[in-house]
Amino acid sequence: MDSLHFLMNGFAVAFQPLNLVLVVFGCIAGLFIGAMPGLGSVNGVAILLPMTFLVPPTGAIIFLGALYYGAMYGGAISSITLGIPGASTAVATTFDGRPLALQGKADRALIAAASASFVGGTISVLLFTFFAPPLADAALAFGPPEEFALMLLAFATFIGLGGDDIPKTFFSIFLGLALSCVGLDIVSGKPRLIFFDLPGFYHGINFLVLAIGIYGIGEMLWVIETTHGEMVVTAAKISWRGIVSALSELRHCVKTVLMGSFLGYFVGVLPAAGATPGSLMAYGIAKTMSKNPESFGKGNINGVVAPESANNAASTGSMLPMLTLGIPGSPTTAILLGGMVIWGLEPGPLLFVNNTDFVWGLIASLYVANLFALLINLAFIPAFLMMLRMPFTILAPIIYILCVVGGYAPTQDMHDVWLMLIFGVVGYLMRKLDYPLAPAVLAIVLGPLAEASMRQSLIMSQGSFEIFFGRPISGVIMVVAILLLLAPLRKFLRRREAKTAGA
Amino acid sequence: MRVAELIMAVCLAIFAVSIMWMSYHDLPIGWIKGSGPGGGAFPFWLGAGMLICCGLIVLRWARRTSPPSQSTEPFMTARAFRLFLIGAGSLTVMIGSIHFVGVYVAIPLFLIFYMRILGHHKWPLTVGIALATPVAAFFFFEIALKITLPKGVTEPAFYPLYDLFL
Repeated sequence: MDSLHFLMNGFAVAFQPLNLVLVVFGCIAGLFIGAMPGLGSVNGVAILLPMTFLVPPTGAIIFLGALYYGAMYGGAISSITLGIPGASTAVATTFDGRPLALQGKADRALIAAASASFVGGTISVLLFTFFAPPLADAALAFGPPEEFALMLLAFATFIGLGGDDIPKTFFSIFLGLALSCVGLDIVSGKPRLIFFDLPGFYHGINFLVLAIGIYGIGEMLWVIETTHGEMVVTAAKISWRGIVSALSELRHCVKTVLMGSFLGYFVGVLPAAGATPGSLMAYGIAKTMSKNPESFGKGNINGVVAPESANNAASTGSMLPMLTLGIPGSPTTAILLGGMVIWGLEPGPLLFVNNTDFVWGLIASLYVANLFALLINLAFIPAFLMMLRMPFTILAPIIYILCVVGGYAPTQDMHDVWLMLIFGVVGYLMRKLDYPLAPAVLAIVLGPLAEASMRQSLIMSQGSFEIFFGRPISGVIMVVAILLLLAPLRKFLRRREAKTAGA
Repeated sequence: MRVAELIMAVCLAIFAVSIMWMSYHDLPIGWIKGSGPGGGAFPFWLGAGMLICCGLIVLRWARRTSPPSQSTEPFMTARAFRLFLIGAGSLTVMIGSIHFVGVYVAIPLFLIFYMRILGHHKWPLTVGIALATPVAAFFFFEIALKITLPKGVTEPAFYPLYDLFL
C-alpha cells in the first residue's frame, strides 16, 4: 500500500510543530470567517492568501486547507443562531437549523451540525486518500490537448449546471479569460491589452487582484447593504450532558449523514461545482428520502445534518481535481490553485511525483484539521456567539485594510490596489444585476493555462483542431463539455416546442 | 433596475469592443499558417464573445425575460446608495492618500473615520484599534515578510526603525 506509506510520511509533515500551529490557527480563522454572515471560505482564502508568504508552501496550503474546513463548520453557527447563512455553503442549513433554534434547541442543532461535518469530512478524506494517487497516475499521461479539454469541461459545468442567467455566465467566463490575457503574449512575447498604456499592465493582472477585489471589497459592500437589519443572536448553552444526549439522538440520522457525505464528495469533485450546490442537493435528497418530508423546514434534524455533512465532504472533494489534474473543483480551490503557482509549484499530476511532502502533508493535515475544527467548534461556541455580536463598523474597516495591504503585497505596486478597488466596485454593481462572478475568478486562474495548452496543442498538430478530438481521452472530455455547453440551448428549444404545441 | 441593467450591458459592450480593437490594433488576430492563432486571436475572440453576450442581455432586456429587466424595484435605495458611497468613497480616499502620506498614516485615519464617525464607538476602543493595526502591519509585512509598504512623505520617520529591526 503505497498510499498508506505516503500518508504516514504526510502525518510526519502535518505533526511538525509549525504546521500543527498553522492547522489550529487555520481552523480558528476559518470558523470565525465562516461564522461571520456573508463571509465564507472563498473570502477567507482570498483575503488571507497574501499573508501566507510568511511560511513555506506546505505550511501555507495546510493553513488554507484548515481554514477551508473551519469555514465549512463555522457557516453552520450563524445559520442556526442568526438565521443568516454564515456562508453560501450553509444556506441549506438555515432551512431547518433556524426553526430548531427558535424552538430552543439551538445546542442540539449546533452539535448535530458539527458532528455531521466531522463525519462528512472524515469520509471524504478517506475517499480522497485512495482516489487521488490512481487519478494522478492516469493524469500523468495527459498532454496539452487533454489539459485544454479539461479546462473547457470546467467552464462547461458552469454553463450546464449553473442555474444562473446563461448570457451573463458566459460573459463572466469571457471577462475572466480576457483579463488573464493582459500583459505579455506567452508565445510571441509581445505586449497586449495594455489599457491606457499604463506600465502596471505589463506584468499582467494577478488573479489575487480580481479575487480580493470581488471576494473582499465587493463582498463587504454587499454584506453591509444586505445585513443592515438588527440581528438577533439565539443563545445556545453547550454542556457535556447536552452533547451526549444530542449525539445519541443522531443515531436516527446515520443514513442521511452517509448520503450527504458521499453525495457531497462527488459533487465537489465535479469541476466548478463545489460545496454550495452539494449542500443544497443533499438537503433536497434528504427531504425526498425522509418518511415525513413535511417536517422539513420546521426543524427536522435531518435537514441540518444533510447539508452540513455534504459541504464538508464537497470541500475535500473539490481538492481532488485541483491536486491531481490542476483543475479547481470550486471557487475556493481556484484561488488555492493560483496560490500554488505563486508559491512556485506546478499544479497537476506531477505534484504527486515531485512534491510528495506538499501533497501528502496537505492530505494528512486535512485529517488533523477535521478533528481540531470539531473540538474548537464545540469548545468555543459561546465565544463565537459573542463575536457574532461584533458590529460591522469594526469588522468592515479591518477587512478593507487587509484587502488593501493584501492586494499590494504580491507585486508591491499601487497600480494593483487601484485595480482591485475598481474590480470590487464594478463587481458589486454587476452582482446586484445577477451577474455570477465565480466563473470570472475561475477563468482568470485557468486562462493562462487554457491558452497555453490550446496553442501548444495547435502547434503540435500544426494548426489542426482534430488533435482535440482524435485522442481518446481528450475526445471524450471534449464531447461531454460540448454537450454541457449545449444544454441550455436544448432547454430553450424544448420550451419553445412546448409553447408552440400549447398554442 | 431596468435602466441599470441596460446601462451595465452597454458599458460592458463598450469594454468588449475596446478589447477587440486593442487586440486587433496591436497583434495578429488571424491564423498563422502552421502554428495556429496569432497572439491577438485569443483576446479578440473573447472580446467578440463578450459583445455577443451583451447583445443577448440587451435582447432579453427588451423582451423582459431576465429577472432584473422585469423588476420594478429601484437598483439602489437611497440608503443603499449612501452606504455604497461611504464604503467605496472612504476606500478611494484612503488608497489615494497612501500615495502621499503612506499606509501608516492613511490606515489609522481610515479606522478612526469608520469606527468613530460611522460606528460611534468609544474613543479608547477606536484609538486602540487604530494604533494596533498599523503596528501589527509593520511587524508582519516589513519585519517578517520583508515587504516594504508605501510610506510617502513619512519615509524618513522610519529610518530609525529600520536600523533597529532590519
